[in-house]
Amino acid sequence: MSNKGKTSNNLNVVGKPFRKVDARAKCVGQTKFADDIVLPRMLYCKMLRSHLPHALIKNIDVSKALALPGVFAVITGKDLPKSYGILPVSQDEHALCIDKVRFIGDPVAAVAAIDEDVAFDAMNLIEVEYEPLNTISSIDEALLIDEPRIHDYGDSGNIHKKVSLEFGTVEEGFAEADLVREDIFFYEGNTHLPMEQHAAVAHYDSDNKITLWSSTQTPHYVHRALAKVLEMPASHIRVIATPNGGGFGGKSDPFNHEVAVCKLAMITGRPVKVTLTREEVFYCHRGRHPVLMKFKTGVKKDGAITGMHFQSFLDGGAYGSYGVASTFYTGALQTVTYDVPRYKFDGLRAFTNKPPCGPKRGHGTPQPRYGLEVHLDKIAEQLNLDPVEIRRSHLVAPNTVTANYLRIGSMGLGKCIDKVAEGSDWKNKFSGWNGTPRKLPYGKGIGIACSSYICGAGLPIYWNNMPQSGVQLRLDRQGGVCVMCGSTDIGQGSDSILAYIVAEVLGIDPFDIRVVTADTDLTPVDLGSYSSRVTLMTGNAAIQAAERARELLSMAVAEKLGVPIENISLAERRVFDVENPELGVSFAEAVVLAESKYGTIGTVGSYTPPRSPGKYKGSGVGPSPAYSYSAAVAEVDVDPDTGIVVVARIWIAHDIGKSINPMLVMGQVEGSVYMGLGEILMEEMAYRANRNIVHKFPSMLEYKSPTTMEMCDVKTYLIEDPDPNGPFGAKEVGQGPLLPVPPAVANAVYNAVGVRIDEVPITPEKVLRALRDKARGRDGRFGPGAVPAVDWPEPLRVLTPAEGGDGKELPNVAIHS
Amino acid sequence: MKQKTHIRLNLNGEETEVAFSPHKTLLEVLREDLNLTGTKHGCELGECGTCAVLVDGRSILSCLMLGLDAEGREVKTIEGMANGAELHPLQETFADTGAAQCGYCSPGFLLVAEELLKKNANPTRIEIQEALSGNLCRCTGYIKIYEAVELAAAKMRGEEMELPREAVYGLD
Repeated sequence: MSNKGKTSNNLNVVGKPFRKVDARAKCVGQTKFADDIVLPRMLYCKMLRSHLPHALIKNIDVSKALALPGVFAVITGKDLPKSYGILPVSQDEHALCIDKVRFIGDPVAAVAAIDEDVAFDAMNLIEVEYEPLNTISSIDEALLIDEPRIHDYGDSGNIHKKVSLEFGTVEEGFAEADLVREDIFFYEGNTHLPMEQHAAVAHYDSDNKITLWSSTQTPHYVHRALAKVLEMPASHIRVIATPNGGGFGGKSDPFNHEVAVCKLAMITGRPVKVTLTREEVFYCHRGRHPVLMKFKTGVKKDGAITGMHFQSFLDGGAYGSYGVASTFYTGALQTVTYDVPRYKFDGLRAFTNKPPCGPKRGHGTPQPRYGLEVHLDKIAEQLNLDPVEIRRSHLVAPNTVTANYLRIGSMGLGKCIDKVAEGSDWKNKFSGWNGTPRKLPYGKGIGIACSSYICGAGLPIYWNNMPQSGVQLRLDRQGGVCVMCGSTDIGQGSDSILAYIVAEVLGIDPFDIRVVTADTDLTPVDLGSYSSRVTLMTGNAAIQAAERARELLSMAVAEKLGVPIENISLAERRVFDVENPELGVSFAEAVVLAESKYGTIGTVGSYTPPRSPGKYKGSGVGPSPAYSYSAAVAEVDVDPDTGIVVVARIWIAHDIGKSINPMLVMGQVEGSVYMGLGEILMEEMAYRANRNIVHKFPSMLEYKSPTTMEMCDVKTYLIEDPDPNGPFGAKEVGQGPLLPVPPAVANAVYNAVGVRIDEVPITPEKVLRALRDKARGRDGRFGPGAVPAVDWPEPLRVLTPAEGGDGKELPNVAIHS
Repeated sequence: MKQKTHIRLNLNGEETEVAFSPHKTLLEVLREDLNLTGTKHGCELGECGTCAVLVDGRSILSCLMLGLDAEGREVKTIEGMANGAELHPLQETFADTGAAQCGYCSPGFLLVAEELLKKNANPTRIEIQEALSGNLCRCTGYIKIYEAVELAAAKMRGEEMELPREAVYGLD
């Protein structure tokens, strides 16, 4: 996907810090979020949710609720019998539970009433008779308790999914290693906490078609789910994603409340709105999976990895959600930073009676990245190697294929490491290992970590041969340009990216462009704002559409001017002869010439990622058109008396490929650092295991997240190593820079006070316990001691590229289910 | 079935009357009865700062104030922050620096920042952090917000100021 003749030197829009196209509306209060939509005769929906974590529904009596004045409809599970789910392999949700509830917060009925107060009163008049079932509250319990099953599908009992993959033979790697080290870590779950609570409005119009406005990151998948559950043709359903007031992955599933308002609107013939309370948003969740994990890695004396065996255990909560993909993601990206010649991955996801986990910023990869980077720090100590050097010396080479068949393109991690090491004055702060005199005083410490993330998934969620992103352009004869794309702006600036790229190619101002997005009636499909796919995929589709329009304009103008088409250039709202720039027409005149010659000017562009070299079962997760890279150094102050960790500053370098808008890239880096900081220091979805698995604190006050007073100083470096697959060379930035933050802080805490906190978040209690432990002459570590013994399936074996493998699993071995 | 109460207030500089159910919070009255949906809600429990508005020039959480208590008061929401089509300098700098990512928390931040700059024309970074510590933002990590406030403060003092290069392009 080239962008002919455009180098960094002659770009007019790309690379410049333009205002976002929607920034003004957001700063004057005019942006319409889902809950800001008010329609005449609109009713309000409330959902009755289970107060039990696991129970059979014996009976639901809605008669008293229906009798309440102002109530227009009450629906229960039998009104919506079809199941749905984001992944084709996990169609395990119902909009309203039919026969059983699986976690506290699972909805059983929905009311539509004249206002929210009446809806709330009606909700409390619904009588549900439950028969409680034994609960499964943890990975350990899921492994021990086969009955009752939370779901009647999955690999066995309450194990949703077990996978085992081996690339090369790791035992050979361990045999040739100078050191084989094992470490165990636990990463607690946490949630997105978008400032906007999910909301949706459904309208059933006079020609029996339904329109849903919703704060969703994935209108296309909601569209598909609605067609299935409402049992209506998709052509009769329109889904419009409103600007999301924060997503972070938490609005990527089709949700029960979206289905419920559509059904209620169809029954009542009136528009119906639902707005979740903050407590309900905690129950929607789909956030970071709690992951228990074990690394076993063989290394040479210089730190070169000879083989790695990684095991992960995910607490999935009550539904599938993206969980199968999350499970594979925990094992996918260990190989893309440092060379790992042999690699084995065992992953297991358990069902538990908690709100379902799913994708949160970094989807399935921050947990293993934290583990890997702390594990590597421990290896560096054991080998007496500098943590910067052990990383810098063994980087994956650009334009190579990893042991698990991920194709690496541009790779700027080395430059990232150099920047943060230099910027943080690493050499004069890191004190070395094994009793070397401290360079920083006790209590102050410094730590480094690196990471990588995908720029879009190589494969769509439901496999097909169609593009993952489409863009349509319409050129107005007065010079206006309308860009239409299914992508959804969740604050990251995806609408603006479309405008910048089209403006660049057509030589106009981004504010000349009208952007229409995220409307299944008006815009071509883009799969949604997830997996850091949007800039790369919509950007490439936009370039193609804009280049096709440029071609038409150029041909028409070349003919008019009587110059060869190669001479035509578009810039500053003009279309002109490069050899004689005075000779030309305005952009609007060029559109008139083109429209006169070719008819109405509309073009399309689309993007399909390149095929992955991996062909084995499970190879669908991990491939990407490009990988972004990040390195971070954290400097911390740890108070040994209180255990309180204060992160003073983080230096972070991110390999962005090419910034489409550096200001927005900076904002994504800073926001990612912030979210990583929250995860490592305080954020946790915690449940009272012995008290019915109720969420400990489903509120913003008690679910601690960083305020301005906890946010650290951030020093950012943007590394531009353009990737041939990215639009103008651009790679992702929305998720990747979160990844190195938690392990960099954990490593800095060790450097500060000599204790290893192998469990996220690093709370003062854990630091104090580890310090006390150390004072008693023990090892000063806080973290899990063991992983469960599991009968893993026979691994699916794949020869690595270095072994001459072809990307397929080896024949003649038992292939797991 | 319900009796509405009726109040008069000065809303964004205009004398305004409104009728609503007496148990409603100012947040609900603004959004539902006055159709000013620029004021957002994040928790409706006084925990996130998203619904902040100015009452008699002081920032308050509109989810914790009854609409009834706005009787006779001056209430300013995000819709009243610009002077006609001319944006407040804070609105300009929030838009220019990328301080509004998803933009959902922006109205609350903008009004609290306006209150700060009225009291303190030249706040330090720490003073800005303290003033904004009751407002949560999940997108920005707050840094672009600080930069926007500093830039607006300089503009309002009549000083020429641009964002430092490192805030836009990163460090070299």
